[in-house]
Amino acid sequence: MTKISLEPLMPILDKLAPKGRTALLPALQAAQKIYGYVPEQAAVAIANRLHVPLADVHGVLEFYALLYRTPVGKTVIHICADPVCAMAGADTMLKQTSRKFEFHGKHKDKTPTVTIERSPCLGLCEHAPALLVQSTPLVQPESYTWEDLIAGKGKKPRSIIGGDISILTANCRKGQIVWLEDYKAQGGYQALNKVLQMAPQEVIEEVKASGLVGRGGAAFPTGLKWESAAQSTAQPKYVVCNADEAEPGTFKDRVLMENDPHLILEGILIAAYAIGATYGYMYIRGEYEYQYQVMSQAVDEAKKDGLIGNNILQSDFSFELELRQGAGAYICGEETALFESIEGKRGFPRVKPPFPTTAGLFGKPTVINNVETLANVPFIIQKGATEYRKIGTEKSPGPKLFCVSGDVAKPGLYEVPFGVTFRHLLFDLAGGIRNNRTMKAALFGGAAGAFATESDLDVRLTFEDLRVAGLPLGSGVITVFDETRDMRDVLLRLAHFFAEESCGKCYPCQIGTQRQYEILQRLATSSLLPGDLERLQDVGWTMTEASLCGLGQTAASAVLSAIRLWPELFKSHQAH
Amino acid sequence: MTNQITLTIDEKEILVPPGTTILKAAQSVGINIPTICYHDYCTANALCRICVVEVEGARTLVPACVAQVSNNMRVRTNSERVIRARRTILEMLASSVDLSDAPDILAMLQEYQVDTNRFPEAEERKPSVIDDNPMYIRDYAKCILCWRCVQVCATDAQYTFAINFSGRGYETQIGTFYDKPIPETTCVFCGQCVGVCPTGALKPKKQWLLEQGLPPAEIVQLTRFNRSANSRCR
Amino acid sequence: MQPDHVTLTTCPYCGVGCNLELHVRNNFIYRVTSPFDSVVNHGNLCVKGRFGYDFIYSPKRVTTPLIRKDQQKPGRRHQAFGLDQWREVSWEEALEFTANRLTEIYQRHGSHAMSVYCCAKATNEDNYLLQKMFRTLFRTNNIDHCTRLCHAGSVVALQMAIGSSAMSNTAAEVIHNDVFILTGSNVTENHPIIALQMKAAIEKYGAKLIVVDPRRIEMVNYATLWLAQKPGTDVAVFSAMAHVILKEGLHNRKFIEERTENFEEFVASMEKFTPEYAEHISGVDRQLIIQAARMYAQAKNGAIYWALGIPEHSHGTDNALSLINLALLTGHIGRLGTGLNPLRGQNNVQGASDSGAMPWHYPGYQPVDDEQIAQKFEKAWNIEPGGLNRKRGLTTTEIIGSIGPNGVRALYIMGENPMMSEPNLNHTRHQMEQLEFLVAQDLFINESGAFADVFLPATSWAEKDGTFTNTDRRVQRVRQTIPPIGQSRPDWEIICDLAKRIEKRLNRPYTAYWDYTHPSEVMEEMGRLVPDYAGIRYERIEKVGLQTPVWDVNHPGTTYLFSEDFPRGRGKFHPLEYKPSAEMPDEVYPFILTTGRVLEHWHGGTLTRNSWLDDLYPEALIEINFLDAQKLGIENGNAVRVSSRRGTIVLRCKVTEKTTPGVVFIPFHFAEAAANILTNDVIDPQAKIPEYKVSAVQISPAQEGEIYKPVLSQKRGRY
Repeated sequence: MTKISLEPLMPILDKLAPKGRTALLPALQAAQKIYGYVPEQAAVAIANRLHVPLADVHGVLEFYALLYRTPVGKTVIHICADPVCAMAGADTMLKQTSRKFEFHGKHKDKTPTVTIERSPCLGLCEHAPALLVQSTPLVQPESYTWEDLIAGKGKKPRSIIGGDISILTANCRKGQIVWLEDYKAQGGYQALNKVLQMAPQEVIEEVKASGLVGRGGAAFPTGLKWESAAQSTAQPKYVVCNADEAEPGTFKDRVLMENDPHLILEGILIAAYAIGATYGYMYIRGEYEYQYQVMSQAVDEAKKDGLIGNNILQSDFSFELELRQGAGAYICGEETALFESIEGKRGFPRVKPPFPTTAGLFGKPTVINNVETLANVPFIIQKGATEYRKIGTEKSPGPKLFCVSGDVAKPGLYEVPFGVTFRHLLFDLAGGIRNNRTMKAALFGGAAGAFATESDLDVRLTFEDLRVAGLPLGSGVITVFDETRDMRDVLLRLAHFFAEESCGKCYPCQIGTQRQYEILQRLATSSLLPGDLERLQDVGWTMTEASLCGLGQTAASAVLSAIRLWPELFKSHQAH
Repeated sequence: MTNQITLTIDEKEILVPPGTTILKAAQSVGINIPTICYHDYCTANALCRICVVEVEGARTLVPACVAQVSNNMRVRTNSERVIRARRTILEMLASSVDLSDAPDILAMLQEYQVDTNRFPEAEERKPSVIDDNPMYIRDYAKCILCWRCVQVCATDAQYTFAINFSGRGYETQIGTFYDKPIPETTCVFCGQCVGVCPTGALKPKKQWLLEQGLPPAEIVQLTRFNRSANSRCR
Repeated sequence: MQPDHVTLTTCPYCGVGCNLELHVRNNFIYRVTSPFDSVVNHGNLCVKGRFGYDFIYSPKRVTTPLIRKDQQKPGRRHQAFGLDQWREVSWEEALEFTANRLTEIYQRHGSHAMSVYCCAKATNEDNYLLQKMFRTLFRTNNIDHCTRLCHAGSVVALQMAIGSSAMSNTAAEVIHNDVFILTGSNVTENHPIIALQMKAAIEKYGAKLIVVDPRRIEMVNYATLWLAQKPGTDVAVFSAMAHVILKEGLHNRKFIEERTENFEEFVASMEKFTPEYAEHISGVDRQLIIQAARMYAQAKNGAIYWALGIPEHSHGTDNALSLINLALLTGHIGRLGTGLNPLRGQNNVQGASDSGAMPWHYPGYQPVDDEQIAQKFEKAWNIEPGGLNRKRGLTTTEIIGSIGPNGVRALYIMGENPMMSEPNLNHTRHQMEQLEFLVAQDLFINESGAFADVFLPATSWAEKDGTFTNTDRRVQRVRQTIPPIGQSRPDWEIICDLAKRIEKRLNRPYTAYWDYTHPSEVMEEMGRLVPDYAGIRYERIEKVGLQTPVWDVNHPGTTYLFSEDFPRGRGKFHPLEYKPSAEMPDEVYPFILTTGRVLEHWHGGTLTRNSWLDDLYPEALIEINFLDAQKLGIENGNAVRVSSRRGTIVLRCKVTEKTTPGVVFIPFHFAEAAANILTNDVIDPQAKIPEYKVSAVQISPAQEGEIYKPVLSQKRGRY
C-alpha cells in the first residue's frame, strides 16, 4: 500500500462530515479528484468521518464505473462504443487512440499516464463518435497531436438545435450560455415571481390543467405527482431534478443544461414551492462534468440573487438546492436508484410501492422530475395551461424535444409540437438519411426502445399514436440506421450496454442481460446454437415481465422488436 | 372484522387483514408460492423474482413476497406466464452458479421441470473458495446473491457491516472492504451470515473440511497453523 | 451434507441462553444453527454459540478417570498438567478413592472442613444434586459457585431492597424501552444477542441509550449520552442523578407512596450528592449527569441494564442499591419495558443459584438459618430432625481463605476454575497448596484441576440432559446430542454414584435418595421444594422454556416481575454514602486496572482456549489509552510489564481509545498472563464479592522475550 497524504482531503471531509452518509459520493469524488483514484487510506478516512461502515464504502466504490479503487492514468479517455458512435467509427477510434498511446505514452514511464476506457453512451450522440478526455468532449480527435489530445486541447463540439418551435430551446439557440442577467432579460424568473403570489394548490392545478406528463420516459402526469407529494403529511419534502441522462441516444437534457441552466432552476423552484419542499437535489450524470460546472455557476448566481436560499424574492418561501454528480451508472436514472445514490448507497432500485411521493428520498415525500419536464413549467405558469395546451395534441399537449442521431444528415436536437410526423422530423428537420441511402430502421426510445421501419414514417409523434404503433416515445430518442447497417451488431451493442449497466439486484436482469449478450454474441458471429431464438425470447420475456425495475423490464425490448421485424435474422445463421 | 381485505388467489376467495402480502395470504389457504431470496426474518427485497404471480390488471408480474393484498385483487399463482418466468429464472440460475448444495432450489428445479443445461456455453460464476479464517469458508461459486448475508451482517441483525458487494450486474459478488481477509474486517464471527445462507456458499469450516474428506479425528487434531493455512498472519 | 440428526438445545456460554440446533454426523457436531422463531435469540448467535463448541472434541480433553501418581500433602501440593503425573483408573477405583478420602476427612474434622464449588455452567439438576450431597452427607453449607464472583453485590442489594434477585424483566423487552441505562456492561461482547436487541431498539424502535461506563464500549456508538465515570465511582454518579430527579421534582410520587418505604431517610442522604460533588468524584461532567437524570426520569418506560461493572467492587452492594434507588424513585419497574435488569453472566448462573448452590440458602433462596425451612428440607431429604446444618456456609473467596489445618480441608470443584477466577491468584495458589484433598470434576485439567488428587471426567453439555435457567429466568432444555466421549459421565450421574458410596460409608439409616433414572426426576424433586419451579416439567419445555416463577403445572410463567408488589412487600430505599475503592491509584501504582471478558473467550478459558476460538484472540492484551501509551513510550503490540501490590504479569499492549486515560483493561482468560494475579482480594462486606474492577497497577515497557508463550496471531480488523 503506497502511503498518501490525507492533508488535502481532510478540509473537504470537515465540510462534508455533518451531512453524514449522503455525502459519501461527493467525498469519494473529491478524493478521486485529488489522488486520481480512491486510495484505501482515503476510503478509511471518508468512512470514519461520515460514519459509513467500511464495507459499505467499498460497495459504493465498486458500484460506480467512474470511481476507481486502484491507480489509473493521469488522463482518462472515454470512448463511447454504443450503436450510434460505433456506426461513426468508435471502434476504429478506440483502436487508434490505444495505438497512439502505445507509441507516445506507454514507454515513457512505467506507471501508465493515460487510461483509455470503452464507455457507455456519453450523451454526445450528435457528435459521434464521442470522446471524453478528462471529462472534456472533443470531436475529430484523429486530427490532433497526442500531446494536445491528452491535454484535452482540441475542437469542442457544437450542437445542431432546430425544430418547428422554440419554447424550451429558445435560449439554447443563442450559441452561448444564457446566464442570469440574460435569462431575466428574456423574462426569466417571472413565472417564479407569479407563483409566489399564488397558493401552492393553484400552481398544482395549473400544471394539472396543462396536461404535462413526465419527459423522462414514464410519461406520468406531473401535476398528479406534485399533488400527491403535496398531500403527504410527512416532513420534510424534497424536490429532485433527474439530470442523470444516460439512455443511449439521448442528449436533450445536456443541451438544456449547457445553454439555459436557469430555465431548469426556475422549474425546480416552482415545483418546490408547489409541494412545500425546502430542500432539493439536482443529480447530474457524472459524464456531464461541463454541464455540472454550468449548473453550479448558475446556482451560485441564483443564490447571490436571492432566488435560492431563505425568503426567496422576499417571500416566505425558502429553498436550498444541492447539485450532485453521478459516477457512471445508467441505473441511477431510475428514480429510486437515484435516491439511493444521493443517500450514499449503491444505486439499487427499490421495490415500489411505496412510491416517491409518499416515501422517496430519505424515506420522505419526494417529487422527482426530469430536466425537460421542469423546463416546461415556467412556460405553463407564465402563459397558462390553456395557452400551453394549444401546442401539441389534445392527449399529448406541449412541445417535445427529440434527439435525432445515427445515419441522418443533420443529427441534432429538434423541438416540435407533439403531433408532427416521424417523416417530418426525419426528412424536413434532420435532413433525411445520410449519403442518400434509405432507412432500414429507427430505434425509438434508446436502448430500452423498439425499432420502427419505413412503414412507420407517417406515424404522428404523440403518446397516443405511438402506443398504437407499438413504439415507445421514451425520452424522445430516435436513432436512425440506414440500409447498409448490420442490425446484429446494433443488437450486440445494445445487449452489451445492458449487461454492463444491470445493477445485479434482481435475477431476471442480473443473469438475463448476461445471457442475452452471450446469445447475441453468437448471433453477431453467425454461430447461433439450436434453440437460441427460443432462449433469447424466454430470456427477453422473463426480463420484461419479471424484472424489478424499468431497466430490466426494457432490457430486451429492442431485441424482441427486432425478432418481430426481422425473424430471418435469427434463423438464417442457425447451425443445424 | 370489517377491515378485512377480500381477494381471490387461484379462484379461492380469501379474507386477510390489510397489509398482508400475497405470499402470506396464499400460505394462509395452503397455496404455496416458491421463494428463494425471501426469508421470514430478513428484509424482503423481492429480488429473486421466483415468487412472481399474475395480478389481474398489472402490466408486469408481481412479486408475492412484498406485494400487499388489495380489495378485489385477482391473483393467479400458476398461470403460463408465471410458470415461464419461474422456469426461465431457474434455468438461468442453474447456468450461473453451483446449486448442488441448495436442496430447496434443487427441488424447485424438479418441480418446474427445469432443463439445467438450457443455456449452453454460458459464462458461469466460479471464483475459488475463500478460506481465510478458522470459522467459516466462503464459496462464492455457490452464491446466488440473495443478499441475506449482507443484510444480517447489517441492520437485519448484527450491525457489524463486515461485508457488502463488489462489482455489479452479473459480476456482482459479496466482498469485504478492499477485498481484505475476513479477520481484518469488522467481522465478529457471529455466523449469522452462515445461518441464513441457502446454498452452502457460506459454511462452517468444520463442515467444509468434513466434506473435503477429512475425518473428524483429523479435523480436531489440526494445529492453529493448519486451521488458518490460507490466512495471513501478523 | 445431510446430518444424521439435529438436536435442539441451549447454548452453554452466557446467560442469554440462546437456542441451538446441533447438526451431527457420525457423532461429530459440524454445524450449529438456531431456530429463527426462537423467542430468546431469533436465530441469531455469537461466535461462541455458533463455532465455539469444538472443545468437546479437543485432543486435550480428559475422558478417563485419573488419580495422581504422587500423593499430595497439604503445603506441598503442586499442579500437574501433564498426563504423565496421573494414573488412568477405572470409575470404580476413582469413586471409591474419592468416597474414602472425603468420608475420612469429614469424619476426622467435621462439616466445617468440607466445601464444594458448584458450577454455573452445569445444569440445574447437577447443581441441585451436588449441593444436596454436601448438605445431606457432609452437613455443611460451604457451598458456593462463581455467582459470588459476579453478581453477588446485585443479588444482595436486590434481596435487601425488593426481596428478589433475578432480572425483573425479559431482555427482549428492550424494544419497549424509550430510555435505558446501560452500565458496567460491555454487552456487545458479553451478552452479544442482547446487544443486538438493544441496537434494534435504538435504531428501529427509537429508544434512547445512556451509557455509564469508564470504557468506550461499542454501545457508546449508539448512545445519546455517555457518562465515563472513573471506575468505582458509580454510587456518586447514580446518586447525583437521584439528587437531580428529587431537586427537579421529577420523581414518581404516586409510586413512591404506594409501593416503597424509607423514602425520607433516603432523600436526606441524597442531599449531598450534588452534580458538582459527583463530578468532582467521578470526573463526569455535571451537565451530563443532569441530562441523564432528566432523560431517565421523564421516560415513559425507563429501564436499567447492568452487568459486573456494578457489583464487582468492595462496595458492589451499594453500587447496585444506587441503581435500585433510581428505579424506585421513578417507578420504572413492574411494567413491560422497564425494570432492574442485572444481566447474568453464565449460561446457568441464575439456575445454579436457584438450585441452591449457595452458602446461605437452600434451593429457592430459602435461608439455611431459618428453622422452619431447615425442617422442611430435612423432611424432604430424609434427614433426622436437626440434622441439617443451620449455620451459614462460606462463600467462594472465604472457602479459599479458610483452607488450613483448622479450616477447610477438602474441596470438591465441579467445572469451576478458581485458580483463574479468584482475585489475587498468588494468594489463591498458596491456599490451594494447603488443601488436604481436592476433587476436580471437569472436561480438562485446568489451572485448578491440576492441583487435584482425583480427576473425574465429566461430559460436556452436548452429552447430557438437563436444564439451564437463563438471565430471563427462562428454564430451557439441554439435550444429549452425542454419546459421552470416552469414559466421561454426566455430572449428575457421577454425583449420585459417589453419593451412594459415601452414604454407605457414613452408615446413614435413611437415604436422601440418589436413584434417579433421568434428570427430569431431579427437576420434579426440586420443583416440590422450590415454589418458583413448582410448575416446571420437561414435557412443558420441549420447545419453548418457561420463565420462573412458574407456580404450578398450569401456570404460564412470568415475563416480568413486580407488577403488583415486591416479594418483600414495599420496595425499600437505601440511603447511601460514597465509598472510594479499596485501592486508589498513587504515585507508585498510577493506573486503575479493570478486568473483564472479550467476545471470543469465556472466563477462565477452560472451554474457549481449548477451542478454535482461541485462534481469533490467542493471547492476553492490555488495553491502554494512546495518551498513556505515549507517556510510557510504548507502541501498539509492544510487551509491557504490569504489576500490582500482589503480583506481576507481562503481556502485549493494545493502544486504543476504548479505555480512558488512567484506566487499563485486561481480560482474565489467559493463564499465561492472568489478570487475577494483579487484582485485589478485598471483598464487599455484605455480598463478599471481590473488587475485580478496581486495582492500582504500574506499567513499564518489557522485552518481547518476556512474554510467556507468544503466538503468531492473525490481524483483526475489530481490534
